[in-house]
Amino acid sequence: MNWRVAACRADYRVHKIATSTLDWKTTREDFPILREKAHGHPLIYFDSAATSQKPRAVIEALRNFYEHENANVHRGLHTLSSRATEAYENARHRVAEYIGAASPNEIIFTRGTTESINLVAEAWGRKFIREGDVILLTVMEHHSNLVPWQLLAERTGARLRFVPVRDDGTLELEQLSSLLTPEVKLFAFTHISNSLGTINPVADLCEKARAVGALTLVDAAQSVGHLPIDVRELGCDFLAFSGHKMCGPTGIGVLFGRAKVLDSMPPWQGGGEMIVSVALEKSAFKKAPHLFEAGTPNIAGAIGLAAAIDYIESIGRPAIFEHDSQLSRYAAERLKKLPGTRIFGPNKERGALVGFVMDAAHPHDLTTFADQYGLAMRGGHHCNQPLMRRFGVSGTTRASFYFYNTIEEIDRMIEILHAAARFFS
Amino acid sequence: MIPEIEELYQEVILDHSRRPRNFGELPDAAVRVHGDNPACGDEIHLAVKFDADGGLADIKFTGRGCAISQASASLMTIKLKGKSRAEVMGMLGAFHDLVTEETSEVPKTLGDLRVMQGVRKFPQRVKCAMLPWRAVEQALEQGAGEASVSTEPA
Repeated sequence: MNWRVAACRADYRVHKIATSTLDWKTTREDFPILREKAHGHPLIYFDSAATSQKPRAVIEALRNFYEHENANVHRGLHTLSSRATEAYENARHRVAEYIGAASPNEIIFTRGTTESINLVAEAWGRKFIREGDVILLTVMEHHSNLVPWQLLAERTGARLRFVPVRDDGTLELEQLSSLLTPEVKLFAFTHISNSLGTINPVADLCEKARAVGALTLVDAAQSVGHLPIDVRELGCDFLAFSGHKMCGPTGIGVLFGRAKVLDSMPPWQGGGEMIVSVALEKSAFKKAPHLFEAGTPNIAGAIGLAAAIDYIESIGRPAIFEHDSQLSRYAAERLKKLPGTRIFGPNKERGALVGFVMDAAHPHDLTTFADQYGLAMRGGHHCNQPLMRRFGVSGTTRASFYFYNTIEEIDRMIEILHAAARFFS
Repeated sequence: MIPEIEELYQEVILDHSRRPRNFGELPDAAVRVHGDNPACGDEIHLAVKFDADGGLADIKFTGRGCAISQASASLMTIKLKGKSRAEVMGMLGAFHDLVTEETSEVPKTLGDLRVMQGVRKFPQRVKCAMLPWRAVEQALEQGAGEASVSTEPA
């Protein structure tokens, strides 16, 4: 089975690949920030699910753009504008390749996952959602894949439905047949849960949604930098993600939309870049993707994202996924053995993160304590308030990993947590 | 142990967070305030009974939260019981300065509350310390019935 197939299989079995040829310690040196200290201790950065660190290649790409190519796109006839336009459109091309889109025209640059989802809720939702329609979500959605649909439902009279989450952090898939009725017009769900690490069987979910005529939107914020993704194999209609969680800059993100679906959608924001001609009373619009990119885009951000993709591809997503999985499995095993500690999420396959609570200390006390030892984790509800309620906690502590993290860092985390448990109890 | 940690989590604070005082229900309360810190999901339910002059005759709380918010609530209830309205408002201002101002002198009137001073080095934890105080402020404003208050302005 190749990796692209593995990435969308329901049971998500990971086959062994040779990672021994990769020197992960050398990879760390590509990230200047990892030499930083926090409170006098070497930085242990376990907050990549919030935002990843940036390799020198991305930082250099941004600098190179501003030093040699900076101009506005699609409008100037001068040399720099041509360079900027070419670099920007090449970035679109690169993103399309990276996620297996049929054409660069299916790639819309946005500010991030949140804006991508809001774009769909506004542009697609306004035209196609009517009173009585149903938008199917899951209980594990990030607020960014929940609130836009609440707003749409309020405005249109549509209803929201939710796939429940089991105690082990996986979706109650046996409920799908009763939830996926013909009134469902869209099924929007996350690929990897940002709190639980659950990897959802995307291809399977998309297929089931298609069977009742519903479109699908996949929140790939936590997956797109960690494992191979091919939108055609997943079979989704929309896929949303951010650049900054995959080594790219902040403020740039992507909405993939299947060409046929994008072509059916009205514009979202109006302004420059998205028009063919403008008269005082009426305008003619460009086609997707430009139709959805009003105003000067984040040109440098798109170029930085393309550099991030080049960098990730130079390592290889299968190797990254294998490495991250080893880290999160190891962390989960060690955390489970800590006295008075409860971990969340599935036992077997999980994304590159572990959420946990300790009887001895509240997540905020724990993260404050850990920070004094140079360990950066996130404590709180992780923009997952309904999910936290589902598990009866107000928040968790989350350690999230990327390929620049090491087993030794996890050992150090466990030592620090031991010390915290002693201190607070 | 790291000095900043010991300064923030002084033994008194850890003690109050483990065994909060005035923790429980106040059946004949005049006003109940539900306070929450949406940033972390912490919550406090504060119940207050007034005396004839409008002072705090009794004050109790329940809820859940971090060591800082729990200890702050526990210490606060001890300090405010029996205080007049004006005294409470004065202390609220003094306490806010204590946990936010780098340079201000620490007023002696705050007494035991002064152990919370370490919070000022942790700006992201100020809301934890202030949560019970926001609740008591709301209780005074409301005077009777039920109210809610949040550390994030809605």
